[in-house]
Amino acid sequence: MRITGSIARPAAARIPWLTIGVWGALAILVLIAYMRAPQATTAVLTSTIRQSTPIILGALAGIMCERSGIINIGIEGMMLISAFLGFLFNVWTGDLFLATLGALLVGAAVGAFHALMSITLKVDQIIAGTVINILAIGTTGYFYQQGLTTRGKLTPVSIPFLADIPIIGPVFFSNPPITYASLILIVVVHVLLFRTAWGLRTRAVGEHPAAADTVGIAVNRVRYINVIIGGMLAGLAGAFLTLESVGSFERNMTNGRGFVSLAVMIFGKWTPFGAWGGSLLFGFANALQSQIQFLKNQLPSWLAWIGDLPPQFIGMLPYVLTIAVLAGFVGRARPPAAIGKVYEKE
Amino acid sequence: MSAGSEIVLEARNITKRFPSVVANENVSLKLYRGEVLALLGENGAGKTTLMNILYGLYHQDSGEVLIRGEPVRISGPSDSIRHGIGMVHQHFMLVPVFTVAENIILGTETRNGPFLDLNAARRQIRELSRQYNLDVDPDAYVKDLSVGQQQRVEIIKALYRKADILILDEPTAVLTPQETEELFTIIRSLTARGASVIFISHKLKEVLAIADRIMVLRRGRVVGETTPREATERSLAEMMVGRSVMMEVEKGEAHPGTPVLTLDRVTVLDDRGQRVVNEVSLEVHAGEILGIAGVQGNGQTELVEAITGLRPVHSGRVLINGRDVTNASPRRISETGCAHVPEDRQEDGLVLTYSVADNLVLNTYYTPPFARGIVRNDRAILNHASRLIERYDVRTPGPLTPVSALSGGNKQKVIIARELSREGRLLIAAQPTRGIDVGSIEFIHQRIVAERDQGAAVLLVSAELDEIMALSDRIAVMYHGKIVATLPAASATREELGLLMAGAQPTNVPHETIADGRATVKAQR
Repeated sequence: MRITGSIARPAAARIPWLTIGVWGALAILVLIAYMRAPQATTAVLTSTIRQSTPIILGALAGIMCERSGIINIGIEGMMLISAFLGFLFNVWTGDLFLATLGALLVGAAVGAFHALMSITLKVDQIIAGTVINILAIGTTGYFYQQGLTTRGKLTPVSIPFLADIPIIGPVFFSNPPITYASLILIVVVHVLLFRTAWGLRTRAVGEHPAAADTVGIAVNRVRYINVIIGGMLAGLAGAFLTLESVGSFERNMTNGRGFVSLAVMIFGKWTPFGAWGGSLLFGFANALQSQIQFLKNQLPSWLAWIGDLPPQFIGMLPYVLTIAVLAGFVGRARPPAAIGKVYEKE
Repeated sequence: MSAGSEIVLEARNITKRFPSVVANENVSLKLYRGEVLALLGENGAGKTTLMNILYGLYHQDSGEVLIRGEPVRISGPSDSIRHGIGMVHQHFMLVPVFTVAENIILGTETRNGPFLDLNAARRQIRELSRQYNLDVDPDAYVKDLSVGQQQRVEIIKALYRKADILILDEPTAVLTPQETEELFTIIRSLTARGASVIFISHKLKEVLAIADRIMVLRRGRVVGETTPREATERSLAEMMVGRSVMMEVEKGEAHPGTPVLTLDRVTVLDDRGQRVVNEVSLEVHAGEILGIAGVQGNGQTELVEAITGLRPVHSGRVLINGRDVTNASPRRISETGCAHVPEDRQEDGLVLTYSVADNLVLNTYYTPPFARGIVRNDRAILNHASRLIERYDVRTPGPLTPVSALSGGNKQKVIIARELSREGRLLIAAQPTRGIDVGSIEFIHQRIVAERDQGAAVLLVSAELDEIMALSDRIAVMYHGKIVATLPAASATREELGLLMAGAQPTNVPHETIADGRATVKAQR
């Protein structure tokens, strides 16, 4: 599922027939499903978008880091710490906007910490990310107290008129703020990476840092900034979990979403739209499995056997899908050439 | 081409020390407008260090740089770019997955508001292409371009930044002779338009062909300045190396003994399953050098790989000292005393991230005294390394330096030292002097002849006909996977060999030169 026309230069004039075909087929399937079961279909699609939101934000975080040459395996931890502190900010201030902003800043700080370890201290980048993950689980678990109450969570905002369109309206135009933000950020990151000078420099630094250096680009500065931006995106994913989706914090509530984000980033060949496709796939599998468990007894007769499967198997669906997709696609994906390598002048 | 009198770039008394060596000592240089100044020196003489200082990648410890008479401080590439200095690095600084246009504008992007303006870039690149006759497609991906085209992109990259002082670091090292000619045409058109060029090289012929003035560096110092009119290849080589250099190899009569390497109708397939070596039979005797001449890609590489166990022998037999080693493991073949200097030293000859000492025991590390059981004997390995570094004149800060930090010539010396220091009766040397400096070449040639004189059999494969003719006692010509003729080196002429290499029938060659008793000439069938 290629979403963009070309990885390095999406401006290429080729018509992406494959992409059009895939989306066309999907649209037809959705229409058929909608005609058979309008409510369940809308529910699944709405849930798909919500489920995919933290994944695509995490994947965008990964793209920003890795395009500049820094591996970020600590997205999971960045999300978790930001989710936790975002939640605490909400408890203390009672202001969801300030809490979200706080989560973003926390994400930036953890990103800066990752950059410090990976770039300045030259720690192995996989280890630096693992440090963040372990630190996140440990500290959030230790400081978490049960019984904290918050004053609500971010609620859906319907966009007038657009929200009234069948299917598309409830799915795209009746979402809470961070979900909207994630959809906009896909476009923003895409434009940033492929249409701006900053993006060209970021990609150059991730591919061939010595070449960037010889034309006067400050390699490590570009990397720092991108890793911090990545941290903020992961922070937003964390904010989504506690401030928009659940409304409270639970131990290890990211539950592997940061790692799924990485898988989705690779699946999308380090492009925002490609990663979005992967996130939707994962979100869809997640939405489907919860709908199946929910509507177990209303399945049509030819699908009744699914209702008889142990729920654990259905719950596995998104993860099995992730593994299958990765096994099928990773081999062909090419990461940025200088990824994981410390840049040192001769 | 006539150089003006305006000095565009001047370096005064530049000194640069690295922890273990003085890379530049009191180096001064003047570059006039519109001239080509060649900077000649062996690997490690300090040419690249000097240029990196001018380009701002290093800082001098003392001395000053003046551009158009003004003292400047160059603290990074952006400063040098601002002062109109452009550099084409030996290893191109291009992002392979970017297009030509993206590579050229990187860091100096044409913008339209916050966005990249690639159309403006394309226009400017086309304009430069036309102006300087540098043909490139702005939308091609760099990874799809030939080496020569990539070099043109690098030159346009410098011109795009309005550079009028161009530093070319070993620009011909990776070019074919035709591409080199094209590059020279480009350089001449650049200087005709008032640009000044510093041309770094260790190739004497090229320096004589392109330079207006020649400056020679040796061990970090300027040892002389001359012009192509006053200099000859020999005089330049002497200045470079610091003593008189044998342009010809000195060697006495060969005293061939018993066969050491015997190939009996060996056939080898390439990666695609094509017969690239077709029933080759030959013998190499103790005390002789058999040179295999041929245009690259006629099966020489695969033949050597098959003999050394790196590629399966499809049919036929390989014998070393009478023992059948057909399709034996490389270790077993190495243990028969077969020394191998591989064609690609970076890929097959060395583990670049390992130290010089470890590279020197790559094929003996498991034997005493370097190992006691399964434990390494570091002291023995280090002593061994120190001994070889001295005996083979390897220029390295120490035995524990990673071999990747050494120059090409010194890397090759590490391989030569490792292979020749073992007890051996057979030496297989493939392209032993490719891309290395005069001093190292001379040294390696002497070692090869010394091996022969001590009774080793030497199989020499080289794409340089001069090298084959200078070293060999007998010359076998390989064409399309076959040995088409074997001639005694004493009577072989360039013309004759050239014809055979190009596929002329050996019948054109006087009969007695083919009927060399020791070789089986298969191509006559």
